[in-house]
Amino acid sequence: MRRMRETFEEQIEQVQTDVTRLASIVNEMLAEAVRALVDQDEALAEKVIADDDIADELDLHIEQECMRLLALQQPMAKDLRIIGTALKVISDLERVGDYSVDIAKSAITLADEPYFKALIDIPRMAEITISMVRMSAQAFVRQDLDLVRQVIERDDEVDTIWEHLLEELVEYMRSDPDLILQATHLLLVARYLERIADHVVNVAERVSYMETGRFEDLALSHAITQEPAEEGDS
Amino acid sequence: MQDSSTDTAAGNTSDSGTRQYDEDRAFLNAPVDADRSAEQSIADHAVKIQTTDLNIYYGDFHAIKGINSRIRSNEITALIGPSGCGKSTYLRALNRMNDEIADTRTEGDVLLDGVDIYQPGTDLVTLRRRVGQVFQQPNPFPMSIYDNVAYGPRLQRRLSRAEADEIVERSLRGAALWDEVKDGLRKSAMDLSGGQQQRLCIARCLAVDSEVLLMDEPCSALDPTATFRIEELMIELKERMAIVIVTHNMYQASRVSDRTGFFLLGELIEFDDTPRIFEHPQDERTDAYVRGRFG
Repeated sequence: MRRMRETFEEQIEQVQTDVTRLASIVNEMLAEAVRALVDQDEALAEKVIADDDIADELDLHIEQECMRLLALQQPMAKDLRIIGTALKVISDLERVGDYSVDIAKSAITLADEPYFKALIDIPRMAEITISMVRMSAQAFVRQDLDLVRQVIERDDEVDTIWEHLLEELVEYMRSDPDLILQATHLLLVARYLERIADHVVNVAERVSYMETGRFEDLALSHAITQEPAEEGDS
Repeated sequence: MQDSSTDTAAGNTSDSGTRQYDEDRAFLNAPVDADRSAEQSIADHAVKIQTTDLNIYYGDFHAIKGINSRIRSNEITALIGPSGCGKSTYLRALNRMNDEIADTRTEGDVLLDGVDIYQPGTDLVTLRRRVGQVFQQPNPFPMSIYDNVAYGPRLQRRLSRAEADEIVERSLRGAALWDEVKDGLRKSAMDLSGGQQQRLCIARCLAVDSEVLLMDEPCSALDPTATFRIEELMIELKERMAIVIVTHNMYQASRVSDRTGFFLLGELIEFDDTPRIFEHPQDERTDAYVRGRFG
């Protein structure tokens, strides 16, 4: 019995390791997709698109492994919460990979003409988002609620840049219709980054559940605590 | 939860959207404090049995240590814990079966519908009729199936043939055994399978209108199919009685019970709604036990 449980513990650790690996793969895809966009590097963009298969395979593998553990080991308490959390967060991480592919496709579309303006906000958004992915994966493995809070706070920065960029790019499009194709793609990329950040917030919220056993909308609670301060400023 | 399935910030700023968010938030942030929810649930379900400062000694051995607990009608209460933790001793205290064990001393109160069953003058036959018990090994009487079920009611009063027939059929139907035995009611109960014998023992309790059913490892001698039938039966029967089951099978406890108590070294460590015990127990000893990390 004891040996069987030890094996089970190792299997749960393996699931945690695999989730971290998935996070690391999609995070690299994200970083490379944005670099491909900035450097107008078509080959790198193609690599990102190809890497998505690896992420998809790993996602499926983790799901199968979790289902197998649920069926054969009937985990309880903390073990159950770890496996349930893994099952949820891999979907969010897999979507990060998908959005990275979308960014890579925009990079390919935009590879042949010079940008009408230097890309500043998008690399900044990407930098924050990439650090959020890393922190959420660390939070999952280290079971660290402090990192969870940091992920949720950093999402605000991404949202702010997104709103600013939206206004700015729309203004460019109004002033010069020739910019519409490029500006639309940049807008899409910014939107993908904003969505990625939201998926990462989901991951952080699941980690919080895993630790506390409570289903809480941390992003919403965070937004509500921020609101009175903003009203006071205006 | 962030909305990640759609790219529209649906209704985020509208009144109805705000209300929905408020409701969702209230739901998500509802207190999970164990005592509070237990109090609320108790208001919904009548307390059938209450123990107060229950202590049980076998000679010098302090087997049960100051247990305060409530067993409710129309619920299945599961008692789990390692061997020797006191869960069976606690169970037997609920219909004074410990009285049959030499050198046993019981202190504290056990109230059945508010009346202490340990007060002098308590009629044990009536008590054990009201609080019936099913054991680990099925124990049919060495007589026919029919007589097994009619035996208890006949002890209470004289029955006409028609009355006895009616009680036997109703009880066997209640125990999900009727269809299997109706053509051989005069056959010996000893020839039934283990699962059938266990359901016959349950039928005997139904025949005397037991209000509480105590089950001590009722499925440990049964195969998975027979176990499943007993579990299904328990869920049906809780509509009309309180059921308390001692089980070594945590998955059985999690499948069938509404409330679970975890015993360790004679103490009731944690007693809470079953989903909470198995998803997020409050005590680390409970956590270790339900995860199979004990010892």
